[in-house]
Amino acid sequence: MANGVERRRAEPGFWGVHARPGSRARWLLGALPFVLVMGVYLGASFVRRLDNPQDKLLPSPAQMLQAGRRMAFEPDRRTGDKLLWLDTRSSLKRLAIGVSAAAAAGLLLGLNLGLLPGINVLLQPIVTMGSIIPPLALLPILFIVFGVDELSKVVLIFVGTFPVITRGIMLEARRTPREQIVKALTLGASQLEVIYRIVMPQLLPRLLEAVRLSLGGAWLFLIASEAIASESGLGYRIFLVRRYMAMDVIIPYAMWITALGFGMDWGLKKLIARLYPWYSSEDS
Amino acid sequence: MTGPIPRSSDPKDKVLYVENVCKAYGGKVVLDDVDLSVRSGEFCGVVGPSGCGKSTLLRLILGAEEPTSGRILLDNEPVGPPDPKRGIVYQKYSLFPHLTVLDNVLLGKRLTLDFAFRRQAAALTEEAMALLKQMRLEGDAAKYPHQLSGGMQQRVAIAQAMVMRPSILLMDEPFGALDPGTREDMQVHLLEAWEKSKMTVFFVTHDLPEAVYLATRVLVLTQFYRDERGDGYPGRGAKVVGDYDVAHLSGSTDLKRRAEYADLVQTIRQDGFEPEARRHVNDFNLKHPDSWRSLRPEESGG
Repeated sequence: MANGVERRRAEPGFWGVHARPGSRARWLLGALPFVLVMGVYLGASFVRRLDNPQDKLLPSPAQMLQAGRRMAFEPDRRTGDKLLWLDTRSSLKRLAIGVSAAAAAGLLLGLNLGLLPGINVLLQPIVTMGSIIPPLALLPILFIVFGVDELSKVVLIFVGTFPVITRGIMLEARRTPREQIVKALTLGASQLEVIYRIVMPQLLPRLLEAVRLSLGGAWLFLIASEAIASESGLGYRIFLVRRYMAMDVIIPYAMWITALGFGMDWGLKKLIARLYPWYSSEDS
Repeated sequence: MTGPIPRSSDPKDKVLYVENVCKAYGGKVVLDDVDLSVRSGEFCGVVGPSGCGKSTLLRLILGAEEPTSGRILLDNEPVGPPDPKRGIVYQKYSLFPHLTVLDNVLLGKRLTLDFAFRRQAAALTEEAMALLKQMRLEGDAAKYPHQLSGGMQQRVAIAQAMVMRPSILLMDEPFGALDPGTREDMQVHLLEAWEKSKMTVFFVTHDLPEAVYLATRVLVLTQFYRDERGDGYPGRGAKVVGDYDVAHLSGSTDLKRRAEYADLVQTIRQDGFEPEARRHVNDFNLKHPDSWRSLRPEESGG
């Protein structure tokens, strides 16, 4: 009982709802699952290669590094391209065009759906219906209509991300306080100016947030379309080398795709904070 | 104001003229034949118990809603949808969160002048800064609204509306969300701005002492009254039951300690806020020179 007071003061570092991990513990705890996954992989890889030094399923880090270096820095024997960069450029280009087009269209349509009741009544049913169609189910149609070149891949990304962005912007636009619109009218704004000079600038950071959220889907559609028909691209490459069970290429590629996705998300987050300083603390 | 104001119900003399205005939502009558007129430069306080339709009346004048019947004239013209002839300050949402304080104040000029704004930008910015200075905000011009306190935000909102020099400045419980100390500061700021600009103000509040302190004229809008339609009459809504000239009291610094002020507040409270002490339509206290009304025979009993 003597140290009952003492005991009550000590905060648990990990267990329970009152846990308050310290700043060093935070890093260590967060890194732990990564270390565990890597440990399990290295162990399994080591054991398999003891059995069969030619094993392709779980390549060693050295093998992956070598394959990665080959893809990134050595010109391909057949075409002379450095494949990793060629693939990255192709994929990012498709992603950028598809997502930018979806963002621009989603902003305009969402804004008008959210603010103009007439447009809303006219278009919301078809937009809602369209957003339910699984985009991948449309892929064969896109290939037939737009051919197997760049356009069908970009269109798939567009079709997959556009409804989500539109819906997000529409809901935000609809949340604009009625007072703000009336206020803008008393300051001399026309109806168009209310939409494009008052509400739209306030939705731009929301648009970038919507793009952040839709990037995951965009990568999915990109890789799926590249896997089926392409001549370059990150998704094309990993599905191509799958035929040779080249895990030493697939795993570095998957890690590279993850890094690209992470970088884009982080970059957009920083961009929002930089361009729209009023945004994050808006609700305070 | 010196001497008695000549009694006149000619709409031509008035900035605002409200005639036989009724407003019903579905079957629920909120405003029941409201008549009033406001002359230029008046600071008109509108009080009444909650739910009496003060804000509804304000929104009708603003044009954000339309009356069920009756007409509203502003500068002798029927009012339409909101436009720069009417300024508005709300309790919140008056400011645009993505614009700095200065840009919020300049927004009206940008929107009305369009491309001509660039040529006059320097002069207009100077004018806006002068307004901000008057509101003691000259050091906050580059800040965003979320960086300001509630009182500062409302001062920006007042400057933002004043820069347009509207025929009438409508204010809907503008200080309702502020703490008492800030509220008193704001009252002083507003009176200062009003005296300098001689604007016509239509100020809706549920805070009766605030209205008596600020206004030159206090209108009491309430659903607590009696008429010959009987107590159970379903289509009854709020009317203007009191109209007081308080210009002699407005804004004097020692006012809140004077007995006259306390008495007046007490009288108005009896008139408008007590469900038990209801006045008959024939005994409404409508002595203000600009006051007028039309009664239907079934209401007055004659």
